[in-house]
Amino acid sequence: MAEAPNTNEAMPLKKTPLHALHVRLGGRMVEFGGYDMPVQYPEGIMAEHNWTRTHAGLFDVSHMGPCFLVLPQLGGPDALEKISDIFEPLVCADVRGLKPGEQKLTLLLDDDGGILDDLMVARPYEEHREGMLYIVVNAGTKEADFARIAAHAGDRARLARADDHALLALQGPEAGAVMADIAPATAEMTFLQVRRVDVDGQSCLISRSGYTGEDGFEILFPPEKAEAFAERLLADPRVKPIGLGARDSLRLEAGMCLYGHDIDTTKSPIEASLAWTVSKARRERGDFPGAQRILKELKEGAHAKRVGIKPLGRAPAREGTEIQSADGVNIGVITSGGFGPTVNGPVAMGYVATSHAKTGTPLKLIVRGKALDAEVAALPFVPHKYKR
Amino acid sequence: MTTYYTNEHEWISVEGDIGTVGITAFAAEKLGDVVFVELPDAGRQVKKEGDMAVVESVKAASDVYAPVSGDVTEANSAIVDDPAKVNADPEGAGWFVKLKLSNTAELSGLMDKAAYDKFCAAQ
Repeated sequence: MAEAPNTNEAMPLKKTPLHALHVRLGGRMVEFGGYDMPVQYPEGIMAEHNWTRTHAGLFDVSHMGPCFLVLPQLGGPDALEKISDIFEPLVCADVRGLKPGEQKLTLLLDDDGGILDDLMVARPYEEHREGMLYIVVNAGTKEADFARIAAHAGDRARLARADDHALLALQGPEAGAVMADIAPATAEMTFLQVRRVDVDGQSCLISRSGYTGEDGFEILFPPEKAEAFAERLLADPRVKPIGLGARDSLRLEAGMCLYGHDIDTTKSPIEASLAWTVSKARRERGDFPGAQRILKELKEGAHAKRVGIKPLGRAPAREGTEIQSADGVNIGVITSGGFGPTVNGPVAMGYVATSHAKTGTPLKLIVRGKALDAEVAALPFVPHKYKR
Repeated sequence: MTTYYTNEHEWISVEGDIGTVGITAFAAEKLGDVVFVELPDAGRQVKKEGDMAVVESVKAASDVYAPVSGDVTEANSAIVDDPAKVNADPEGAGWFVKLKLSNTAELSGLMDKAAYDKFCAAQ
Protein backbone atom coordinates (compact mmCIF):
# COMPACT_ATOMS: atom_id res chain seq x y z
CA MET A 1 0.00 0.00 0.00
CA ALA A 2 1.11 3.55 -0.52
CA GLU A 3 0.11 6.76 1.12
CA ALA A 4 -0.07 10.06 -0.70
CA PRO A 5 3.47 11.44 -0.95
CA ASN A 6 4.48 13.79 1.81
CA THR A 7 6.11 16.81 0.24
CA ASN A 8 8.90 17.80 2.55
CA GLU A 9 10.67 21.08 2.17
CA ALA A 10 14.39 21.41 2.62
CA MET A 11 13.89 24.11 5.28
CA PRO A 12 14.50 22.91 8.84
CA LEU A 13 11.22 22.70 10.69
CA LYS A 14 10.39 25.19 13.42
CA LYS A 15 9.36 23.99 16.86
CA THR A 16 6.68 25.40 19.15
CA PRO A 17 7.34 25.92 22.90
CA LEU A 18 5.42 22.66 23.47
CA HIS A 19 7.45 20.52 21.06
CA ALA A 20 9.21 18.49 23.75
CA LEU A 21 5.88 17.83 25.46
CA HIS A 22 4.36 16.49 22.21
CA VAL A 23 7.25 14.10 21.76
CA ARG A 24 6.99 12.98 25.40
CA LEU A 25 3.25 12.38 24.96
CA GLY A 26 3.95 10.12 21.98
CA GLY A 27 2.76 12.59 19.34
CA ARG A 28 3.28 11.55 15.73
CA MET A 29 5.11 14.56 14.36
CA VAL A 30 4.56 15.92 10.84
CA GLU A 31 5.35 19.10 8.96
CA PHE A 32 2.58 21.71 9.05
CA GLY A 33 2.97 25.37 8.10
CA GLY A 34 6.75 25.07 8.49
CA TYR A 35 6.49 23.59 12.00
CA ASP A 36 7.06 20.09 13.37
CA MET A 37 3.58 19.40 14.79
CA PRO A 38 1.70 16.43 16.28
CA VAL A 39 -0.87 15.07 13.81
CA GLN A 40 -2.08 12.67 16.48
CA TYR A 41 -1.20 11.08 19.82
CA PRO A 42 -1.28 7.32 20.55
CA GLU A 43 -5.08 7.18 20.99
CA GLY A 44 -5.59 8.26 17.40
CA ILE A 45 -7.62 10.82 15.47
CA MET A 46 -11.02 9.18 15.98
CA ALA A 47 -10.68 8.95 19.80
CA GLU A 48 -9.23 12.48 19.97
CA HIS A 49 -12.05 13.89 17.86
CA ASN A 50 -14.72 12.20 19.98
CA TRP A 51 -13.02 13.26 23.22
CA THR A 52 -13.11 16.90 22.13
CA ARG A 53 -16.82 16.67 21.28
CA THR A 54 -17.64 15.14 24.69
CA HIS A 55 -15.00 16.47 27.14
CA ALA A 56 -12.14 18.91 26.54
CA GLY A 57 -9.26 18.71 24.08
CA LEU A 58 -5.99 20.62 24.35
CA PHE A 59 -4.47 21.73 21.03
CA ASP A 60 -1.11 23.36 20.43
CA VAL A 61 -1.78 26.07 17.84
CA SER A 62 1.44 27.99 18.51
CA HIS A 63 2.35 27.65 14.82
CA MET A 64 -0.28 30.27 14.05
CA GLY A 65 0.47 33.97 13.87
CA PRO A 66 -0.66 35.97 16.90
CA CYS A 67 0.44 39.60 16.83
CA PHE A 68 -0.50 43.05 18.07
CA LEU A 69 -0.93 46.17 15.99
CA VAL A 70 -0.09 48.99 18.35
CA LEU A 71 -0.33 52.79 18.13
CA PRO A 72 2.72 54.72 19.39
CA GLN A 73 0.51 56.02 22.19
CA LEU A 74 -2.25 53.92 23.75
CA GLY A 75 -5.43 55.16 25.39
CA GLY A 76 -7.31 58.38 24.81
CA PRO A 77 -10.63 59.13 23.14
CA ASP A 78 -9.47 58.74 19.52
CA ALA A 79 -7.24 55.64 19.89
CA LEU A 80 -9.88 53.23 18.53
CA GLU A 81 -10.53 55.51 15.55
CA LYS A 82 -6.83 55.78 14.80
CA ILE A 83 -6.08 52.07 14.92
CA SER A 84 -9.26 51.31 12.92
CA ASP A 85 -8.22 53.82 10.27
CA ILE A 86 -4.98 51.88 9.91
CA PHE A 87 -6.33 48.32 9.90
CA GLU A 88 -9.74 48.61 8.24
CA PRO A 89 -8.39 49.32 4.71
CA LEU A 90 -6.89 45.80 4.71
CA VAL A 91 -9.98 43.85 5.81
CA CYS A 92 -13.79 43.78 5.52
CA ALA A 93 -14.63 43.98 9.25
CA ASP A 94 -16.12 46.95 11.06
CA VAL A 95 -13.14 47.29 13.39
CA ARG A 96 -14.34 50.56 14.93
CA GLY A 97 -17.65 48.84 15.65
CA LEU A 98 -16.03 46.22 17.90
CA LYS A 99 -17.10 46.34 21.52
CA PRO A 100 -14.40 46.41 24.21
CA GLY A 101 -12.92 42.90 24.39
CA GLU A 102 -14.81 41.68 21.31
CA GLN A 103 -13.22 39.34 18.76
CA LYS A 104 -14.32 38.79 15.15
CA LEU A 105 -13.40 36.63 12.19
CA THR A 106 -12.39 38.79 9.26
CA LEU A 107 -10.67 38.44 5.90
CA LEU A 108 -7.49 40.02 4.63
CA LEU A 109 -8.38 40.92 1.04
CA ASP A 110 -6.39 41.82 -2.06
CA ASP A 111 -7.42 44.66 -4.38
CA ASP A 112 -9.53 42.26 -6.47
CA GLY A 113 -11.41 41.00 -3.42
CA GLY A 114 -9.47 37.71 -3.31
CA ILE A 115 -8.90 36.24 0.14
CA LEU A 116 -5.27 36.59 1.29
CA ASP A 117 -6.07 35.10 4.69
CA ASP A 118 -8.78 34.63 7.28
CA LEU A 119 -7.90 35.99 10.68
CA MET A 120 -9.26 36.85 14.10
CA VAL A 121 -9.14 40.47 15.25
CA ALA A 122 -9.98 41.72 18.73
CA ARG A 123 -10.25 45.08 20.48
CA PRO A 124 -8.75 45.23 23.98
CA TYR A 125 -11.13 45.19 26.92
CA GLU A 126 -9.18 47.69 29.00
CA GLU A 127 -9.48 51.40 28.22
CA HIS A 128 -5.79 52.04 28.81
CA ARG A 129 -4.94 49.52 26.06
CA GLU A 130 -7.21 51.17 23.48
CA GLY A 131 -5.35 51.73 20.23
CA MET A 132 -4.06 48.17 20.06
CA LEU A 133 -5.54 45.23 18.13
CA TYR A 134 -4.95 41.55 18.88
CA ILE A 135 -4.72 39.70 15.57
CA VAL A 136 -4.25 35.97 14.91
CA VAL A 137 -3.40 34.93 11.34
CA ASN A 138 -2.70 31.51 9.80
CA ALA A 139 0.63 29.73 10.08
CA GLY A 140 1.27 29.34 6.36
CA THR A 141 0.49 32.96 5.56
CA LYS A 142 1.89 34.74 8.59
CA GLU A 143 5.12 36.08 7.08
CA ALA A 144 3.25 37.63 4.15
CA ASP A 145 0.41 38.88 6.38
CA PHE A 146 2.74 40.47 8.92
CA ALA A 147 4.75 42.13 6.15
CA ARG A 148 1.56 43.44 4.51
CA ILE A 149 0.11 44.80 7.74
CA ALA A 150 3.40 46.36 8.87
CA ALA A 151 4.04 47.97 5.46
CA HIS A 152 0.52 49.37 5.38
CA ALA A 153 0.80 50.75 8.92
CA GLY A 154 4.16 52.38 8.22
CA ASP A 155 5.15 54.57 11.15
CA ARG A 156 1.55 55.04 12.28
CA ALA A 157 1.51 51.77 14.23
CA ARG A 158 3.93 49.00 15.15
CA LEU A 159 3.31 45.33 14.44
CA ALA A 160 4.52 43.30 17.43
CA ARG A 161 4.75 39.61 16.64
CA ALA A 162 3.73 37.25 19.41
CA ASP A 163 4.35 34.02 17.51
CA ASP A 164 7.24 33.16 19.81
CA HIS A 165 4.53 32.61 22.44
CA ALA A 166 2.55 29.45 22.99
CA LEU A 167 -1.01 29.55 21.71
CA LEU A 168 -3.10 26.80 23.26
CA ALA A 169 -6.68 25.93 22.41
CA LEU A 170 -8.88 24.19 24.95
CA GLN A 171 -12.04 23.04 23.20
CA GLY A 172 -15.08 21.00 24.12
CA PRO A 173 -18.17 21.00 26.34
CA GLU A 174 -16.05 20.70 29.51
CA ALA A 175 -13.54 23.40 28.52
CA GLY A 176 -15.51 26.08 30.38
CA ALA A 177 -15.50 24.14 33.66
CA VAL A 178 -11.80 23.26 33.34
CA MET A 179 -10.81 26.88 32.76
CA ALA A 180 -13.11 28.16 35.52
CA ASP A 181 -11.19 25.99 38.00
CA ILE A 182 -7.85 27.45 36.90
CA ALA A 183 -8.89 31.01 36.08
CA PRO A 184 -12.30 31.85 37.64
CA ALA A 185 -12.53 35.11 35.66
CA THR A 186 -13.04 33.11 32.45
CA ALA A 187 -16.44 31.87 33.71
CA GLU A 188 -17.91 35.29 32.88
CA MET A 189 -16.64 35.24 29.30
CA THR A 190 -18.96 34.47 26.39
CA PHE A 191 -18.27 33.47 22.77
CA LEU A 192 -15.90 35.87 20.96
CA GLN A 193 -14.83 37.77 24.05
CA VAL A 194 -11.19 38.45 24.82
CA ARG A 195 -9.84 39.16 28.29
CA ARG A 196 -6.48 39.50 29.97
CA VAL A 197 -6.65 36.97 32.80
CA ASP A 198 -4.30 35.92 35.59
CA VAL A 199 -3.38 32.25 35.64
CA ASP A 200 -1.20 31.41 38.66
CA GLY A 201 -0.04 35.03 38.79
CA GLN A 202 0.81 34.94 35.08
CA SER A 203 -1.13 37.43 32.99
CA CYS A 204 -2.22 35.90 29.69
CA LEU A 205 -4.58 36.78 26.89
CA ILE A 206 -7.60 34.50 26.55
CA SER A 207 -10.30 34.47 23.88
CA ARG A 208 -13.45 32.39 24.08
CA SER A 209 -13.27 31.03 20.56
CA GLY A 210 -11.77 28.22 18.54
CA TYR A 211 -11.83 26.08 15.43
CA THR A 212 -13.96 23.08 16.41
CA GLY A 213 -17.53 24.40 16.71
CA GLU A 214 -17.39 23.64 20.44
CA ASP A 215 -17.24 26.04 23.36
CA GLY A 216 -13.64 26.75 24.26
CA PHE A 217 -10.71 29.09 24.61
CA GLU A 218 -7.51 30.12 22.93
CA ILE A 219 -4.82 31.12 25.39
CA LEU A 220 -1.72 33.14 24.51
CA PHE A 221 0.97 32.17 27.03
CA PRO A 222 4.64 33.18 27.50
CA PRO A 223 6.85 30.50 25.96
CA GLU A 224 9.01 29.71 28.97
CA LYS A 225 6.00 28.88 31.16
CA ALA A 226 3.82 27.27 28.51
CA GLU A 227 4.82 23.67 29.07
CA ALA A 228 4.04 23.82 32.80
CA PHE A 229 0.67 25.40 31.98
CA ALA A 230 -0.12 22.74 29.35
CA GLU A 231 0.82 20.00 31.82
CA ARG A 232 -1.40 21.57 34.43
CA LEU A 233 -4.33 21.47 32.00
CA LEU A 234 -3.50 17.88 31.02
CA ALA A 235 -3.43 16.84 34.69
CA ASP A 236 -7.19 17.46 34.70
CA PRO A 237 -8.91 14.14 33.86
CA ARG A 238 -11.35 16.03 31.61
CA VAL A 239 -8.49 17.14 29.31
CA LYS A 240 -6.55 15.15 26.70
CA PRO A 241 -4.03 16.32 24.09
CA ILE A 242 -5.42 16.52 20.55
CA GLY A 243 -3.42 16.59 17.32
CA LEU A 244 -3.87 18.40 14.03
CA GLY A 245 -5.66 15.41 12.48
CA ALA A 246 -8.65 15.73 14.80
CA ARG A 247 -8.43 19.53 14.56
CA ASP A 248 -9.07 19.13 10.82
CA SER A 249 -11.99 16.69 11.16
CA LEU A 250 -13.54 18.85 13.91
CA ARG A 251 -13.35 22.08 11.88
CA LEU A 252 -14.66 20.32 8.76
CA GLU A 253 -17.73 19.06 10.65
CA ALA A 254 -18.12 22.61 12.01
CA GLY A 255 -18.16 23.94 8.41
CA MET A 256 -15.08 26.12 8.91
CA CYS A 257 -12.64 26.98 6.14
CA LEU A 258 -9.02 25.87 6.00
CA TYR A 259 -6.96 28.58 4.33
CA GLY A 260 -5.11 27.42 1.21
CA HIS A 261 -7.72 24.72 0.65
CA ASP A 262 -11.27 26.09 1.03
CA ILE A 263 -10.28 29.71 0.51
CA ASP A 264 -7.42 31.49 -1.25
CA THR A 265 -6.83 34.51 -3.48
CA THR A 266 -8.91 32.97 -6.29
CA LYS A 267 -12.04 33.15 -4.08
CA SER A 268 -14.04 36.17 -2.99
CA PRO A 269 -15.84 36.32 0.37
CA ILE A 270 -19.15 35.92 -1.47
CA GLU A 271 -18.05 32.82 -3.37
CA ALA A 272 -16.68 31.45 -0.10
CA SER A 273 -20.09 31.91 1.59
CA LEU A 274 -18.40 34.30 4.00
CA ALA A 275 -20.57 37.30 3.07
CA TRP A 276 -21.42 37.61 6.78
CA THR A 277 -17.85 38.74 7.44
CA VAL A 278 -18.42 41.79 5.20
CA SER A 279 -19.97 44.00 7.85
CA LYS A 280 -22.95 46.24 7.18
CA ALA A 281 -21.04 49.41 8.00
CA ARG A 282 -18.29 48.54 5.53
CA ARG A 283 -20.82 47.65 2.81
CA GLU A 284 -22.41 51.05 3.24
CA ARG A 285 -19.04 52.80 3.09
CA GLY A 286 -17.77 50.52 0.30
CA ASP A 287 -14.22 51.18 1.47
CA PHE A 288 -12.67 47.71 1.72
CA PRO A 289 -10.28 46.06 -0.78
CA GLY A 290 -12.12 44.64 -3.79
CA ALA A 291 -15.31 46.47 -2.76
CA GLN A 292 -16.42 46.97 -6.35
CA ARG A 293 -16.43 43.24 -7.13
CA ILE A 294 -17.67 42.15 -3.73
CA LEU A 295 -20.58 44.60 -3.63
CA LYS A 296 -21.52 43.54 -7.17
CA GLU A 297 -21.47 39.86 -6.12
CA LEU A 298 -23.52 40.68 -3.03
CA LYS A 299 -26.16 42.20 -5.27
CA GLU A 300 -26.10 39.82 -8.21
CA GLY A 301 -24.63 36.68 -6.68
CA ALA A 302 -21.38 34.95 -7.63
CA HIS A 303 -21.05 32.21 -10.25
CA ALA A 304 -19.87 29.64 -7.73
CA LYS A 305 -20.44 29.11 -4.06
CA ARG A 306 -18.86 27.14 -1.19
CA VAL A 307 -21.32 24.58 0.15
CA GLY A 308 -21.38 21.54 2.40
CA ILE A 309 -21.40 18.25 0.55
CA LYS A 310 -22.63 14.97 1.99
CA PRO A 311 -21.53 11.83 0.14
CA LEU A 312 -24.48 9.45 0.46
CA GLY A 313 -22.37 6.28 0.63
CA ARG A 314 -19.49 5.40 2.93
CA ALA A 315 -16.59 6.45 0.71
CA PRO A 316 -14.92 9.75 1.65
CA ALA A 317 -14.38 12.23 -1.19
CA ARG A 318 -11.10 14.06 -0.74
CA GLU A 319 -9.82 17.49 -1.74
CA GLY A 320 -9.63 17.79 -5.54
CA THR A 321 -12.56 15.46 -6.25
CA GLU A 322 -14.57 16.55 -9.28
CA ILE A 323 -18.21 17.45 -8.63
CA GLN A 324 -20.81 16.82 -11.32
CA SER A 325 -24.49 17.67 -11.55
CA ALA A 326 -26.96 14.76 -11.52
CA ASP A 327 -26.82 14.78 -15.34
CA GLY A 328 -23.03 14.49 -15.44
CA VAL A 329 -21.86 18.06 -16.11
CA ASN A 330 -18.74 19.25 -14.28
CA ILE A 331 -19.91 21.95 -11.85
CA GLY A 332 -17.17 22.17 -9.27
CA VAL A 333 -14.56 20.64 -7.01
CA ILE A 334 -14.20 19.48 -3.42
CA THR A 335 -11.82 21.60 -1.35
CA SER A 336 -11.95 19.67 1.95
CA GLY A 337 -13.22 16.16 2.43
CA GLY A 338 -12.82 13.29 4.77
CA PHE A 339 -14.53 11.26 7.43
CA GLY A 340 -16.51 12.98 10.16
CA PRO A 341 -16.35 10.89 13.33
CA THR A 342 -19.32 12.69 14.97
CA VAL A 343 -21.39 12.47 11.78
CA ASN A 344 -20.11 8.87 11.53
CA GLY A 345 -19.75 9.17 7.79
CA PRO A 346 -18.00 11.07 5.04
CA VAL A 347 -18.32 14.87 4.96
CA ALA A 348 -16.93 17.44 2.56
CA MET A 349 -17.15 20.99 1.36
CA GLY A 350 -16.42 22.50 -2.00
CA TYR A 351 -17.43 24.93 -4.68
CA VAL A 352 -20.37 24.32 -7.01
CA ALA A 353 -22.06 26.45 -9.66
CA THR A 354 -24.54 28.69 -7.83
CA SER A 355 -27.34 27.07 -9.88
CA HIS A 356 -26.59 23.84 -7.94
CA ALA A 357 -25.91 25.29 -4.50
CA LYS A 358 -29.30 24.78 -2.88
CA THR A 359 -29.36 22.37 0.07
CA GLY A 360 -30.55 18.96 -1.06
CA THR A 361 -29.40 19.34 -4.69
CA PRO A 362 -28.24 15.91 -5.91
CA LEU A 363 -24.59 15.73 -7.03
CA LYS A 364 -22.15 13.14 -8.36
CA LEU A 365 -18.62 12.92 -6.99
CA ILE A 366 -15.99 11.33 -9.23
CA VAL A 367 -13.96 9.10 -6.90
CA ARG A 368 -11.45 6.72 -8.50
CA GLY A 369 -13.31 6.94 -11.79
CA LYS A 370 -16.71 6.16 -10.32
CA ALA A 371 -19.60 8.61 -9.94
CA LEU A 372 -20.76 8.45 -6.31
CA ASP A 373 -24.07 9.94 -5.15
CA ALA A 374 -23.94 13.00 -2.91
CA GLU A 375 -26.01 16.05 -2.13
CA VAL A 376 -25.57 19.66 -1.11
CA ALA A 377 -25.79 19.79 2.69
CA ALA A 378 -26.35 22.64 5.11
CA LEU A 379 -23.27 23.71 7.10
CA PRO A 380 -22.29 23.00 9.79
CA PHE A 381 -22.59 19.23 9.76
CA VAL A 382 -22.46 19.27 13.57
CA PRO A 383 -24.27 22.15 15.35
CA HIS A 384 -22.05 24.78 16.98
CA LYS A 385 -22.22 24.83 20.77
CA TYR A 386 -20.85 28.23 21.71
CA LYS A 387 -21.45 29.92 25.06
CA ARG A 388 -23.52 32.94 24.10
CA MET B 1 1.01 -22.28 5.29
CA THR B 2 3.69 -19.64 4.71
CA THR B 3 3.31 -15.89 5.11
CA TYR B 4 5.19 -13.42 2.92
CA TYR B 5 5.48 -9.64 3.11
CA THR B 6 5.92 -6.82 0.59
CA ASN B 7 7.81 -3.56 0.98
CA GLU B 8 4.42 -1.83 0.50
CA HIS B 9 3.28 -3.45 3.78
CA GLU B 10 0.93 -6.11 2.45
CA TRP B 11 1.04 -9.70 3.72
CA ILE B 12 0.02 -12.87 1.91
CA SER B 13 -0.49 -16.20 3.59
CA VAL B 14 -0.24 -19.04 1.07
CA GLU B 15 -1.51 -22.58 1.12
CA GLY B 16 -1.10 -24.41 -2.19
CA ASP B 17 -2.07 -21.84 -4.83
CA ILE B 18 -4.54 -19.93 -2.62
CA GLY B 19 -3.33 -16.85 -0.80
CA THR B 20 -5.03 -14.65 1.82
CA VAL B 21 -3.97 -10.99 1.55
CA GLY B 22 -4.13 -8.07 3.98
CA ILE B 23 -2.18 -5.09 5.26
CA THR B 24 0.35 -5.55 8.04
CA ALA B 25 -0.02 -4.44 11.66
CA PHE B 26 2.74 -1.92 10.95
CA ALA B 27 0.68 -0.42 8.11
CA ALA B 28 -2.57 -0.43 10.09
CA GLU B 29 -0.88 1.37 12.98
CA LYS B 30 0.64 3.90 10.60
CA LEU B 31 -2.69 4.54 8.87
CA GLY B 32 -4.63 5.09 12.06
CA ASP B 33 -8.38 4.55 12.28
CA VAL B 34 -9.59 2.91 9.08
CA VAL B 35 -13.00 4.33 8.08
CA PHE B 36 -13.51 2.92 4.58
CA VAL B 37 -12.35 -0.09 2.58
CA GLU B 38 -12.98 -0.75 -1.10
CA LEU B 39 -12.33 -4.33 -2.24
CA PRO B 40 -12.29 -5.93 -5.69
CA ASP B 41 -15.15 -8.23 -6.63
CA ALA B 42 -14.58 -11.98 -6.74
CA GLY B 43 -13.42 -12.96 -10.21
CA ARG B 44 -11.33 -9.87 -10.82
CA GLN B 45 -7.80 -10.42 -12.03
CA VAL B 46 -5.05 -8.59 -10.21
CA LYS B 47 -1.44 -8.12 -11.24
CA LYS B 48 1.58 -8.23 -8.94
CA GLU B 49 2.12 -4.67 -7.61
CA GLY B 50 -1.04 -3.47 -9.37
CA ASP B 51 -3.97 -1.73 -7.64
CA MET B 52 -6.06 -4.20 -5.68
CA ALA B 53 -7.96 -2.33 -2.94
CA VAL B 54 -8.32 1.07 -1.29
CA VAL B 55 -8.13 1.76 2.41
CA GLU B 56 -9.02 5.14 3.90
CA SER B 57 -8.28 6.56 7.31
CA VAL B 58 -9.77 9.76 8.73
CA LYS B 59 -6.93 11.65 7.09
CA ALA B 60 -6.10 10.00 3.79
CA ALA B 61 -6.76 7.38 1.15
CA SER B 62 -4.14 4.72 0.40
CA ASP B 63 -3.90 2.16 -2.38
CA VAL B 64 -3.35 -1.47 -1.51
CA TYR B 65 -1.38 -3.41 -4.12
CA ALA B 66 -1.56 -7.09 -5.00
CA PRO B 67 1.53 -8.88 -3.61
CA VAL B 68 1.36 -11.37 -6.51
CA SER B 69 -0.79 -11.90 -9.60
CA GLY B 70 -3.97 -13.93 -9.47
CA ASP B 71 -7.75 -14.07 -9.50
CA VAL B 72 -9.77 -12.77 -6.55
CA THR B 73 -11.82 -15.67 -5.20
CA GLU B 74 -13.29 -13.91 -2.17
CA ALA B 75 -13.43 -10.41 -0.67
CA ASN B 76 -13.80 -9.93 3.08
CA SER B 77 -17.15 -8.11 3.31
CA ALA B 78 -16.76 -7.96 7.12
CA ILE B 79 -14.15 -5.18 6.82
CA VAL B 80 -16.30 -3.29 4.33
CA ASP B 81 -19.18 -3.32 6.83
CA ASP B 82 -16.91 -2.59 9.80
CA PRO B 83 -13.60 -1.01 8.68
CA ALA B 84 -12.39 -0.81 12.31
CA LYS B 85 -11.72 -4.57 12.05
CA VAL B 86 -8.65 -3.72 9.98
CA ASN B 87 -7.12 -1.93 12.97
CA ALA B 88 -8.34 -4.48 15.49
CA ASP B 89 -6.81 -7.53 13.78
CA PRO B 90 -4.94 -6.56 10.60
CA GLU B 91 -3.14 -9.88 10.14
CA GLY B 92 -6.16 -12.01 11.09
CA ALA B 93 -9.89 -11.18 10.88
CA GLY B 94 -9.01 -7.95 9.07
CA TRP B 95 -7.84 -9.75 5.87
CA PHE B 96 -8.78 -8.14 2.54
CA VAL B 97 -9.11 -10.79 -0.18
CA LYS B 98 -8.32 -14.38 -1.10
CA LEU B 99 -6.43 -14.91 -4.36
CA LYS B 100 -5.90 -17.90 -6.61
CA LEU B 101 -2.26 -17.35 -7.54
CA SER B 102 -1.46 -17.45 -11.25
CA ASN B 103 2.30 -17.71 -10.77
CA THR B 104 3.59 -19.00 -7.43
CA ALA B 105 7.14 -18.20 -8.57
CA GLU B 106 6.34 -14.51 -7.84
CA LEU B 107 6.42 -15.34 -4.12
CA SER B 108 10.18 -15.74 -4.19
CA GLY B 109 10.63 -11.98 -4.52
CA LEU B 110 8.76 -11.28 -1.26
CA MET B 111 10.12 -11.03 2.31
CA ASP B 112 9.73 -13.49 5.15
CA LYS B 113 8.71 -12.33 8.64
CA ALA B 114 12.28 -11.75 9.86
CA ALA B 115 13.23 -9.73 6.77
CA TYR B 116 10.02 -7.70 6.96
CA ASP B 117 10.51 -6.87 10.65
CA LYS B 118 13.99 -5.66 9.82
CA PHE B 119 12.58 -3.63 6.91
CA CYS B 120 10.03 -1.95 9.23
CA ALA B 121 12.62 -1.20 11.89
CA ALA B 122 14.58 0.73 9.28
CA GLN B 123 11.54 2.83 8.21
